[in-house]
Amino acid sequence: MNIYVLLKRTFDTEEKITLSNGKINEDGAEFIINPYDEYAVEEAIQVRDAHGGEVTVVTVGNEEAEKQLRTALAMGADKAVLINIEDDVENGDQYTTAKILSEYLKDKDADLIIGGNVAIDGGSGQVGPRVAELLDIPYITTITKLTIEGQNVSVVRDVEGDSETIETQLPLLVTAQQGLNEPRYPSLPGIMKAKKKPLDELELDDLDLEEDDVEAKTKTIEIFLPPKKEAGRVLQGDLADQVKELTGLLRTEAKVI
Amino acid sequence: MLELTKTIYKGASFLVSKTDASYLFTPEDFTDEHKMIGRTARQFIEKEVAPYSEEIENQNFDLVVKKLRKAGSLGLLAHSIPEAYGGLGLDKISKGIVGEMIGPSGGYGAAHSNHTCIATLPITYFGTEEQKKKYLPKMASGEYIGAYCLTEPNAGSDALSSQTTARLNEEGTHYILNGTKLYITNAAFSDTFIIYAKVDGDHFTAFIAEKGFPGLTLGPEENKMGIKGSSTRSVILEDCLIPAENLLGEIGKGHAIALNVLNLGRFNLGSACMGAAKYGFKKAVQYTGERKQFGKTIAEFPATKEKVAKMAARIFAAESIQYRTAGLLEEALGDLYETNDRNTVSKRLSEFAAECAICKVFGSETLDYVADEALQLFGGAGFIKDYGIEQVYRDSRINRIFEGTNEINRLLIPTHLFRKTLKGDLNLKTKVHEAMLQLQNPESSPYTGPLSSERERIDLIRNLFLVCSGLAYDSFGANLADEQETLMRLADLAIGLFAAESAVYRTIKAVEKNGKENEAVKIGLAEAFLEEVMWDAERLSRTLVSQLTADDHSRQLQKLIIRECTRLQASDNNFLRNRSIADYQNEHGEFSS
Ligand SMILES: Cc1cc2nc3c(=O)[nH]c(=O)nc-3n(C[C@H](O)[C@H](O)[C@H](O)COP(=O)(O)OP(=O)(O)OC[C@H]3O[C@@H](n4cnc5c(N)ncnc54)[C@H](O)[C@@H]3O)c2cc1C
Ligand SMILES: Cc1cc2nc3c(=O)[nH]c(=O)nc-3n(C[C@H](O)[C@H](O)[C@H](O)COP(=O)(O)OP(=O)(O)OC[C@H]3O[C@@H](n4cnc5c(N)ncnc54)[C@H](O)[C@@H]3O)c2cc1C
Repeated sequence: MNIYVLLKRTFDTEEKITLSNGKINEDGAEFIINPYDEYAVEEAIQVRDAHGGEVTVVTVGNEEAEKQLRTALAMGADKAVLINIEDDVENGDQYTTAKILSEYLKDKDADLIIGGNVAIDGGSGQVGPRVAELLDIPYITTITKLTIEGQNVSVVRDVEGDSETIETQLPLLVTAQQGLNEPRYPSLPGIMKAKKKPLDELELDDLDLEEDDVEAKTKTIEIFLPPKKEAGRVLQGDLADQVKELTGLLRTEAKVI
Repeated sequence: MLELTKTIYKGASFLVSKTDASYLFTPEDFTDEHKMIGRTARQFIEKEVAPYSEEIENQNFDLVVKKLRKAGSLGLLAHSIPEAYGGLGLDKISKGIVGEMIGPSGGYGAAHSNHTCIATLPITYFGTEEQKKKYLPKMASGEYIGAYCLTEPNAGSDALSSQTTARLNEEGTHYILNGTKLYITNAAFSDTFIIYAKVDGDHFTAFIAEKGFPGLTLGPEENKMGIKGSSTRSVILEDCLIPAENLLGEIGKGHAIALNVLNLGRFNLGSACMGAAKYGFKKAVQYTGERKQFGKTIAEFPATKEKVAKMAARIFAAESIQYRTAGLLEEALGDLYETNDRNTVSKRLSEFAAECAICKVFGSETLDYVADEALQLFGGAGFIKDYGIEQVYRDSRINRIFEGTNEINRLLIPTHLFRKTLKGDLNLKTKVHEAMLQLQNPESSPYTGPLSSERERIDLIRNLFLVCSGLAYDSFGANLADEQETLMRLADLAIGLFAAESAVYRTIKAVEKNGKENEAVKIGLAEAFLEEVMWDAERLSRTLVSQLTADDHSRQLQKLIIRECTRLQASDNNFLRNRSIADYQNEHGEFSS
C-alpha cells in the first residue's frame, strides 16, 4: 500500500507564546511534530506493517522541518519529503499548503493519505480536506479507528464526543483525532537507521508551481495574545447571595450570559 | 557521531595547564541524533516508569524487570555494546545522555545504570570473543540482567583485600569459588554476576557467573533508605562451580577490570545525579511558583531566588563537566569497540580516572545539595511522602557511598597527579614554580574577548591548586598518602577548578558562537558558580598554607592569596544577578540555560 502522511512542524505544547513586532516569536523555541500528525505517522506505520507497502512523510515548510521528518523516519516511516518554500512563499495559508501538497501528491497514486485533525498552532483543520478536494478523493476527518480490508475501509470518527462509523473505499484521505492510537517514540536503533533513510527536498519549481499559484486566500490583519488570566475569586456569604452575585458577574463582568 | 579534533589531551591535564574552549564538548554541540536519543529516554521514563513509581518503590521486581526489557526493546540498554554483538556502539555522549534521562527514576534508574555500566562493561571491554557472543546480545536486549560483585563484608573501600577464593578443580574444567559478596545491586533478578575472587587465595581475578550455577545463592533483600526499587542482596558462594571458560580477562588482572570499569560507572553516576538534580529542581520551581504565603508565591521571595540561582548554577556546572568528560572519554574510547588488546583498553579506561572521579563526587554532591534545598522549599510538604520530593532526598544519599565513597574518590584525584609526577610523566616542580611567579607578579589583563576576567579567575584557582600541591609535596614527599587532610583539600580545589573551568569555557564557546546578548543566561550561571568556587578556593588554599608552611612564609603567602582573590573576586551586583537567574528559571519552570 502506498501511504502518505502530511506532517507539520509546530511549537512545542509547553512553549509559552510571545510576540515581537506583531509576529510570533520563534527565537529559542522548541519545535515538535504536530501532536495530531504523530497519530497519523503511527497509524501509517501500523497500516503498513499489517498490509505491506511504504510510508512517505511529507511536509511543507523550511529546512528546520528536517528534524521533525527525521523523527518520523526514526519512528519507522520509510521516506520523507521536504517541500521547502522558504525562498518562495512569504505569507502562506491553508490554501497555499493544500495546493502545494496536492500538486505533489497528484501523480503519486496514493492509496491512503493520513493527516492530523488540526495543527495545534493554526488550528484550522483545513489542510486535510482541501488536499482531498483538490485530488478529488473522499476524506473523513477526526477518525479514532481505521480498519482496512482489501479496498474496503471502515472508519470510526469522533463527532463532538459521539462516534460515527463510516464505510468507504480506497483511495482515501483521513485526519487523525486523539485516541486513534498511542504514538510510539523512536527507538535508538530507529534513530540511527533514520540517518540513512531518504529525505528528499523539493521546491515550488520542482512541482511546476509559480508563487502566484499558491498565493494565500486569506490575510492576517492582527496577531494578539489572549487576555491575561486573572486570579480566581472566592465568593462569600449565604449560598443564595453567592449564586445571585455569580449570575450577576457572569452577566456584567464575564459577559457570557 | 562525535567529531572532535583529536587532541593530545591527557588525563588530569586541567590541573596543570589551561584549556581551550574549542577542545570542549558541550551540550550545545549535541547532534540531532543526540537530542532524539535524549527525548526517547525521557519519554520512556515519563511514560513507562514514572507512572509506576509506587509499585517500583514497593519492590515489585517483576515489574522492574519488565521495564528493563521494555528499555531493551527501545535500545536503551544497548548504547554501549558494539554493533557486532547486538548493540548500537554509540558514542559516550549518548551514554551520558541516556544516563542523565534515566537519573530521575530513583530505584529503577539504579537498576538500569548498574546493568548497562558495571555489569556489562567488563564483558564488553575484557571478554573473549565467545564470552561477548554469548552474553552481550542478551544484555543489550534485556533478556539477561547483570550484577557486579566486588564488595565483601571485610572488603568495601578496600576492595582489593577480597577474601573470596577461587581454585581450579582437578579436572581443570571449573573454578570453585567460596566467599560472600555484599550489597549487590540487581541480585534478586540478575542472570549474570561478574564476580571477583582470588585464585589460589592470591591472584585477584574476575569471573562471569550465571544464576543457577551450583553453589551460588542469594541472601535476603536489604531494607534500604532509598533506591528501594533496585534489589540489594548478598551473593553467597559455597563451592560455586564456574566453568573455566568463564574466567574474565587474565588471572591476577581482576583489578584492571574492577577499577577501570568503575571509571565509566562513576562518569555515568555523575550523569544520573545531574539528571535527578534537574528533576528535583523542577519540582521545587513548580511548587514555589504556586504556593503562597504572606500574600506572595514562595518563588517571589529573594531568599528563594538565591536558593534557586545557586541550585541552577551548580546544575549548570554539573552538566558542563559531564559532557566535557563525555567528550574526553569518547576520544579515548571511541575506537575501542573492536579491539581485543586488553592493555590498551585498561590504559584508555584509566586515562581520565581523575575526571571520572570528579563527575562522581561533584554530581552526587550536587544532587544532595539540590535535593536538600528543594525539599526545604516545600516546607512541611517536603517531609510528606505524597509530594514526591522526600523520595528524591532519600534516593540521593546512596550516590555519595557506592561506586567508591566520595572520600575514596577524593583521595584518588591528587594521588593521580602525584603518581604521574613520580613516574616522571609530569614536571610538577616547574608548574608550581610558574604558578608561584604568576601569583606574585600577575600579568595585567592577560585576556581579551568574552569572559576574560573569568578566565583570569580560573587561572588563579589553578595556580592556588599548584602552589598548594607543591607545598604538600615538599612537606611530605613519599608520605603524602597518609596526609589525608591535605589530600582532601587538594581534591576540593581540583574539583572546583574542573567544574568552574568547564562552566566558564562552555559559556565562552557559546558566546563565541552566538554572541554575548544571546548567552546572558549562561554567563550569569557561570559567574554565579565561579563566585562560590572562588570563596572555596580562597578558604581551602589559606587553610593549606597555614598548615603546610612556617610562620613567616605562611604570612607572606596568605597575603598574596588574599590580595589575588580580592582583586579578582566578582563584582558588586551578585545579589541582583542571582535574582535574575532565578527569574529566568522560574519563567521556564525547569532548569534552562
Ligand atoms: C544500595 C547499595 C548498592 C550497592 N551495590 C553494589 C554492587 O552492585 N556491587 C558492589 O560490589 N558493591 C555494591 N555496594 C557496595 C558499595 O560499593 C560499598 O558500600 C562502598 O564501596 C563502601 O564500602 P563499605 O560499605 O564497606 O564502607 P567502608 O569501606 O567500611 O567505609 C566506611 C567509611 O570509611 C571511609 N573510609 C574507608 N576507607 C577509607 C580510607 N582509606 N581513608 C579515609 N576514609 C575511608 C569511607 O569513605 C566511609 O565513609 C552497594 C552498596 C549499597 C549500599
Ligand atoms: C512532621 C510535621 C509535624 C508538624 N507538626 C505541627 C504541629 O504539631 N503543629 C503545627 O501547628 N504545625 C505543625 N507542622 C507544620 C510546620 O510547622 C510547618 O510545615 C512549617 O511551619 C512550614 O510551613 P509550611 O509547611 O506551610 O511551609 P511554607 O510556609 O509554605 O514554606 C515553604 C518554603 O518557603 C519558605 N518561606 C516561607 N515564607 C517565606 C518568606 N517570607 N521569605 C522567605 N522564604 C519563605 C520557607 O522557609 C520554606 O522553605 C508540622 C509539620 C510537619 C511536616
